[in-house]
Amino acid sequence: MSTDATTTPLVALDGASRSFGAVHALKNASLALRAGEVRALMGENGAGKSTLVKILTGVDRPNSGSVLVDGEPVVFHSTADSRDAGVAVILQEPTLFPDLSVAENVVMGRHPKRSFGRIDRPAMKQTVQGLLDRLGVDLDPDRPVQGLSIADQQIVEIAKAMSFDARVLIMDEPTAALSGREVDRLFGVVRALQARGAAVLFISHRLEEVYEIATVVTVMRDGEVVHDGPLSELPEDELVRRMVGRDVNQLFPKTPATIGDVVLDVKGLSREGVFYDVDLQVRAGEIVALAGLVGAGRSEVVQAIFGVDQATEGTVNMLGHDLPLGKPTAAVAAGMALVPEDRRQQGLVMDMSIGQNATLARLGDMRSRGLLSPKRERAEASQWGERLQLKYGKLSDPVGTLSGGNQQKVVLAKWLGTEPRLLIIDEPTRGIDVGTKAEVHRIINELAGQGLAVLMVSSELPEVLGMADRVLVMFEGRVTAELTRAEANEERVVRAATGRTAVTEEIA
Amino acid sequence: MSTPVTTPAAPGPGGSAPSGPTVEPEEAERVSAGRRVVDRLIRARELGLIVVLIAIVAITGAIEPNFLDADSLKQTVLNVAIIAVMTAGMTLVIVTRNIDLSVGSILGLSAFLCGDFLTKNPSVPWIVGVLIAILIGAACGLLNGVLVTWGRVPALVVTLGTMYALRGVAFLVTGGRQINAEDLPDSFLKVGSGDLLGVPTLIVLAVVVIVLFWFITRDYAWGRQLYAIGSSGRSGGQAAKLAGLKSDRRVTQAFVISGALAGLGGAMYAARYGTVDATGGQGYELRVIGAAVVGGVAIAGGSGTVFGAALGAVVLGTIQTALIVLKIDDFWQQAIVGLLIIVAISLDRLITNQSEALLRQRSARRRTAA
Repeated sequence: MSTDATTTPLVALDGASRSFGAVHALKNASLALRAGEVRALMGENGAGKSTLVKILTGVDRPNSGSVLVDGEPVVFHSTADSRDAGVAVILQEPTLFPDLSVAENVVMGRHPKRSFGRIDRPAMKQTVQGLLDRLGVDLDPDRPVQGLSIADQQIVEIAKAMSFDARVLIMDEPTAALSGREVDRLFGVVRALQARGAAVLFISHRLEEVYEIATVVTVMRDGEVVHDGPLSELPEDELVRRMVGRDVNQLFPKTPATIGDVVLDVKGLSREGVFYDVDLQVRAGEIVALAGLVGAGRSEVVQAIFGVDQATEGTVNMLGHDLPLGKPTAAVAAGMALVPEDRRQQGLVMDMSIGQNATLARLGDMRSRGLLSPKRERAEASQWGERLQLKYGKLSDPVGTLSGGNQQKVVLAKWLGTEPRLLIIDEPTRGIDVGTKAEVHRIINELAGQGLAVLMVSSELPEVLGMADRVLVMFEGRVTAELTRAEANEERVVRAATGRTAVTEEIA
Repeated sequence: MSTPVTTPAAPGPGGSAPSGPTVEPEEAERVSAGRRVVDRLIRARELGLIVVLIAIVAITGAIEPNFLDADSLKQTVLNVAIIAVMTAGMTLVIVTRNIDLSVGSILGLSAFLCGDFLTKNPSVPWIVGVLIAILIGAACGLLNGVLVTWGRVPALVVTLGTMYALRGVAFLVTGGRQINAEDLPDSFLKVGSGDLLGVPTLIVLAVVVIVLFWFITRDYAWGRQLYAIGSSGRSGGQAAKLAGLKSDRRVTQAFVISGALAGLGGAMYAARYGTVDATGGQGYELRVIGAAVVGGVAIAGGSGTVFGAALGAVVLGTIQTALIVLKIDDFWQQAIVGLLIIVAISLDRLITNQSEALLRQRSARRRTAA
C-alpha cells in the first residue's frame, strides 16, 4: 500500500483472480516485483501463494486481472512464455535431469552450437563454469546431477535461471531441505543477484529467514493480499497475526500430562558409521525431543528403533519386550508408529485418496467378508478427519491435493488408527504453515495427555523447547546432552548440537 | 551467446605466467574428477563387452577352430547386422523411457511388401524397394508414437498392440504367399550377399547407421533432448516441461526412427534371405531389446549409448552363433542368452548404485573441505 512506486515493476500481477469451481484460490491479488528488491510472500498453506506463483510462471492463467511485464499486460500461455519474459522459478524440490551433467542441465533446450549444428561442448562448459564462478560455488560442470545434494541442485537451478538472464527469480520454499550453512550460501547468491538488479520473490515458512533476506513483504490470507509493504515496518508478531488473521500468542501450548511407565527403552543402539551408543527412554505421556543439526543422525536413530534401518548393535525394548532389530512389522505389532520426515515419499501414497491413505495401516480392520469395504474406510477416515480437524473437499480426493499441514494430519490419522503406545514423529511440522503448525502441536500435546509416549525429531528449536518434556541433543552420531524441560534452553541445545561443550559443564 | 572469449593480451611472451601453469593442472584435476568416475564406469561397460566378445571368440575358436575362419566370422557378423540396425532405433526409444515391441512385426511387414514390390516391378531400381520398406516402417512408427504421446497410453501397451496388429496385417497382405529368391531381382539380392570394398554390404550399412545415430545422440541437441526427456520422465517429466522441450514431438520422432530402421531391417532381411513370408522377424523385438540392455541402455531411460547397444547386439549374436557351433542344446542356448540379459541388468544396477555412492561421497568430501 505504501510501497513507493517510483520504478516500473519488472513483473507484476494486477488484480488477478483465479477460481477452481467454487473455490476462490486467488481474489483480486496484486503484487509488484521491482529490480533490486527481495520480496517475501507470506501466508498459510492454502492462502493462495502457489496459485499466484503458478500464474507468474505461466503454469496457470487468471480468470480476471492480468500479468504485467515492464508495465505492459501480457498473457503467459506456458512456462516458456514466462521464461522468455525473464521469470525463473526455483522450487523446493529441484526439477533436473539426473542422468545429465550439470552443464547440460543448465543449457538444455538451448545448447550452444558450432558447425553443422553440433553441440559446442567447450563453449557449453565454459559458459556454465562462468555462471558457477559468478555464484561463487565449487561445482564440476561435467559431473552428473545424480548424487548432488538438494542445495547443490538448487544452485544448478539458479545457474540455469541466470543463463537465460532471468530478471525475476521466484523461490518457493527453497530452504526447506537445506542445512544452516547451505542456507547461508543460498542467501549469499540471492544477495548477489539482488545487487545485480534482479527481483526476487521469496517464499518461506521460516520467519527468521524472511527477516534476514527480504526487504518488502506481501502477506496473503484466503486468496487475498492482506498486506503489502516494507518488512522493516512489520514486526514479527504482527506479521504472524496478519497471516493467520488471529493472534497466535501461544504457538506451543504445553498441556501438562501425567508421566507414566517406561514405554520405550533403547540401550547402546549403534549403526556402524552413522550413530553410536544411543541410550534413550520414553515414558507414557512424555514427549521426548531429539534435537540436533541436520545430518547429526537423529532420523537414522528413530528409523533404526522402528526397524526400517538395521542397527548393528544395541537393544530396543518396548513395554518390557525386546524387539528384533530391523523388523518394522514387529515394531508395529508392539505398538510403535512412525510418521516419517518426508511425507510425500514415505508417509503417503500421493495418488490414492484421503480415505484410503488414512486407513492404509489397518487394511485388516477395513475388511468386510474378506473384501475391503469402502464404506468402513469412509466412516473411519471421516471420524479421524473430524478429530484432527482435517480440511478437505471429498474423502475420495487424492491426498496430493491437500496442503502440507493437512497431509501431515492424514499421516497422523493413519498411524493413530492403529492405537499405538509410542508415536515416533520425524520433523512433525516441516513445510507446514504457522496456523496448521499450532494445530499439529496441539494434536501431539493432546495425544501425550492421553498417555501416548511421543518421540519427536525436530530441527526447529522453538518447537523442541516448547513441546518436549525432555530433550536429547545429538552431534555427529552421538547423544551429547540430555536436558529436562527446565534445563533446556536455546543456548544449551545449540551448544550441544554443535559439539562445543561437555555435557557435565552444561548441566552445572 | 557467441561472444568470442578473448584472452587478455599477455604482456610478457610467456615468462609472466608463473601462476597459470601451477594453478591450472590442479584446477583441471578437480574439475574433471566427477566426470572421470562416470567415464570410467561407462567405459568399463563398453570395454567389458569387448573383453567378453574376445573371450567368446577365443574360447569357441579353441574348441572348434572352424569358427575362426573368415567365412564363419563373416556369417556371424552378417547375422548381427539386421539386429544391430534395429537396436540403434530401439536405443532412441528406450532412452526416452519408452519401449517398442512392434519392431519385429514391422520388419516382417516391410520385408514382405518390399519383396513383393520388387517382384512385381523387376525393372524398378532396387533402392525404391528399400525406400518403400523404410517408409512403411516409419508410418508404423508414427502410429506408435502418436498413440503413445497423444493417446497417453503406455508404450508397452501400444506397441504390444501394434506388434500383434501389424503381424496380423502381414498375414492379411501375404495371404499365405511366400516370396522366393528366384522372384527377386538379382541386383537386390546382391545387396544382401555382396561386398562393398571387400566388406559385406549389409555390414557397411549397419556400421553407417550406428555411427550416424551414435553421432546424433552424442553431438546434437536433438539427441541430448531424448536423454533429458527420459531422465526427467522418472520424476514425472516436469524438468523437461520447464526446459521447454517438446517432449511429445521428440518421443514421436524416436518411434518414427525406430520404425524406419525396422523397415530398413526388413529390406535387409529380404535381400539377405530371399525367402520372405508373413512370419519374418518374429521374436526379433526381444532380441533387439535384449541387445540394447546388454549394451548398457538403461530400461528406465536417460542413459546408454547407440554404440554400446550395437556392441550388445554383436555380443549376443556371437554368443548365439558360438553356442550353435559348439553344438550346445537349443534349450541351453536360450537359457544362456536369458542369463546374460539378467546379469547385464544386475550389473547395470550395481554400477549405477556404485557411481551414485561415489559421486555422493565426493560432494560430501568437497563440502567438508569447503
